[in-house]
Amino acid sequence: MIDILEKKIGHLTAEFPPLTEFFSDYGITFNDLHATLGETLEGLAEEHYEDMGIDREKLLENLDGFLQRVTLSEIAEAPTVSEITIIGGHDKNGHPEEIELTLLRGSVTSIVGPTGSGKSRLLADIEWMAQNDTPTGRTIRVNGQKPDPELRFSLEYKLVAQLSQNMNFVMDTTVAEFVFMHAESRMISAIDTLVADIIAQANLLAGEPFTAQTPVTALSGGQSRALMIADTAFLSSSPVVLIDEIENAGIDRKKALSLLVRKEKIVLMATHDPILALMAERRLIIKNGGIQKIVTTTSREKENLIKLEEIDNKFLALRTRLRSGEMLEEL
Amino acid sequence: MKLVTISGPPSSGKTAVLVNVIKSIKNSGLHAGAVKYDCLATDDDALFRSLGIPVQTGLSGNLCPDHYFVSNIEECLKWGISLNLDLLVSESAGLCNRCSPHIKGVLAVCVIDNLMGVTTPKKIGPMLKFADIVVITKGDIVSQAEREVFAFQVRRANAKAKIMHVNGITGQGASELTSLFLQAPETETLDGGILRFSMPAALCSYCLGETKIGMEHQLGNVKRIKIKQEQP
Ligand SMILES: Nc1nc2c(ncn2[C@@H]2O[C@H](COP(=O)(O)OP(=O)(O)OP(=O)(O)O)[C@@H](O)[C@H]2O)c(=O)[nH]1
Ligand SMILES: Nc1ncnc2c1ncn2[C@@H]1O[C@H](COP(=O)(O)OP(=O)(O)OP(=O)(O)O)[C@@H](O)[C@H]1O
Ligand SMILES: [Mg+2]
Ligand SMILES: [Mg+2]
Ligand SMILES: [Zn+2]
Ligand SMILES: [Zn+2]
Repeated sequence: MIDILEKKIGHLTAEFPPLTEFFSDYGITFNDLHATLGETLEGLAEEHYEDMGIDREKLLENLDGFLQRVTLSEIAEAPTVSEITIIGGHDKNGHPEEIELTLLRGSVTSIVGPTGSGKSRLLADIEWMAQNDTPTGRTIRVNGQKPDPELRFSLEYKLVAQLSQNMNFVMDTTVAEFVFMHAESRMISAIDTLVADIIAQANLLAGEPFTAQTPVTALSGGQSRALMIADTAFLSSSPVVLIDEIENAGIDRKKALSLLVRKEKIVLMATHDPILALMAERRLIIKNGGIQKIVTTTSREKENLIKLEEIDNKFLALRTRLRSGEMLEEL
Repeated sequence: MKLVTISGPPSSGKTAVLVNVIKSIKNSGLHAGAVKYDCLATDDDALFRSLGIPVQTGLSGNLCPDHYFVSNIEECLKWGISLNLDLLVSESAGLCNRCSPHIKGVLAVCVIDNLMGVTTPKKIGPMLKFADIVVITKGDIVSQAEREVFAFQVRRANAKAKIMHVNGITGQGASELTSLFLQAPETETLDGGILRFSMPAALCSYCLGETKIGMEHQLGNVKRIKIKQEQP
């Protein structure tokens, strides 16, 4: 900590670019790049600290914590996850959900059930690594054990990447700024090219294109989803991927799925779409808030998948014609 | 008795989070009480009372509610001790971004929500920057990406605090928060206690009731805006 005070501003900000941003949060901009950090902070009037609502000591403490975090997440890797186990809780009427289900690395499981039956809730339980502390009373084990509580609150290690159903943005930023900040929060380097890649990918999934300068709050439902899919695919190394209703909003769902579902991951997706449901090797049937049944996709079903895709392609072709203003008098 | 100060902007979910914490405190057989400080009116007392716990309400009227808090917290502490409470939570109004009710040696919590916008964490003063625990609510309304970006901004404003996501409605995360409350230090007296950060000087003529505008009516601690001449 003492060392850093003796470093020149110019060197420091070159070494740790996020520091410029960090200090600007405290209203501190650097004019003299040859001065040391210590000199610069000494030079600030007492009034400046008072206006910022922080004192010099606390500012240094924050700086220290921030730097520790930057260096820490560069070295450490998230622990590997080879399986997760869902231990049943109860349904909406309080009846026990008698189930213990282990999902292995490399598996894809779909979740089906009527609207409001609790599909999203099941995904939320997994994201939260519920310990009998959610409305369902479920418990989640990671590698057969209770996950480290620290891990649940860790901002650095995300075991779970979640593509949630509600995709309305509230932040007042542009697409590029948002993706940049997200990458920054995950301590990813070489952000600029990554941001461009994500935006390009998202545009391949969505219909009407958007640019890096589009405000996120101005994106349509489908565009938001496309952006979040590309963002999740490129930014997250989480071993567990949760997908909630990728089929909505008219994005290319097969392309989206191939981006998201990569080998070595544990994938769960809630869906109302028969094709997506059959693409998984297993499906969970949810009813009234509980897992009612677990079904393994049969080989007959897998064969039917091909037929389903033919039907779907016909349907998609009709949609394309409809979208481009054609009449559908001939099918 | 353990004392915990809870601050945070209006409607950020302070009461909703506390309700869940108090429920789980009660489940573990302990006794909790609550004090709500606000400016003009509050319904929070009724909510706390419906949990069957003792409640005090302090309305500051035309004073800054945080200044009012400092002058009255000792009294409330004595009240809690006299009732043999295990835990007393004090919820402040959070109307003033520059004041904060956090006291050295007393567990300090700040509650903010995901909907406030990315720049909010740096705009909130000592009540966030000097908190031991920052609770982020309403995570159910935004995407995981937005939660992460927001938490990162909070981390920049307060690098050492424990940052937790708690859902005020479902109570998700409240049991972890409760266990941190139960590790809070015991507070037997606040006599001689020290605020974590000074409250701003509010000693101009307007503090004293002046309503007329103009130089000649301004006395005491007055600060002037610097009008910058922008080149068009
Ligand atoms: N969706 C959602 N709503 C929440 C959450 N937490 C709180 N709310 C809602 O936000 C609103 C405000 O919550 P309160 O707990 O009253 O907020 P407060 O900070 O105590 O407000 P004041 O005491 O008036 O400053 C209520 O309608 C809550 O139901 C949450 O995690 N998710
Ligand atoms: N076991 C349970 N006990 C109590 N509440 C539950 C339970 N399971 C789900 N719920 C609640 O039921 C509501 C609807 O659940 P959810 O949003 O998960 O439905 P869904 O299947 O995703 O519906 P949709 O297909 O419309 O997206 C939620 O408020 C959820 O918290
Ligand atoms: Mg759902
Ligand atoms: Mg309240
Ligand atoms: Zn104030
Ligand atoms: Zn005044």
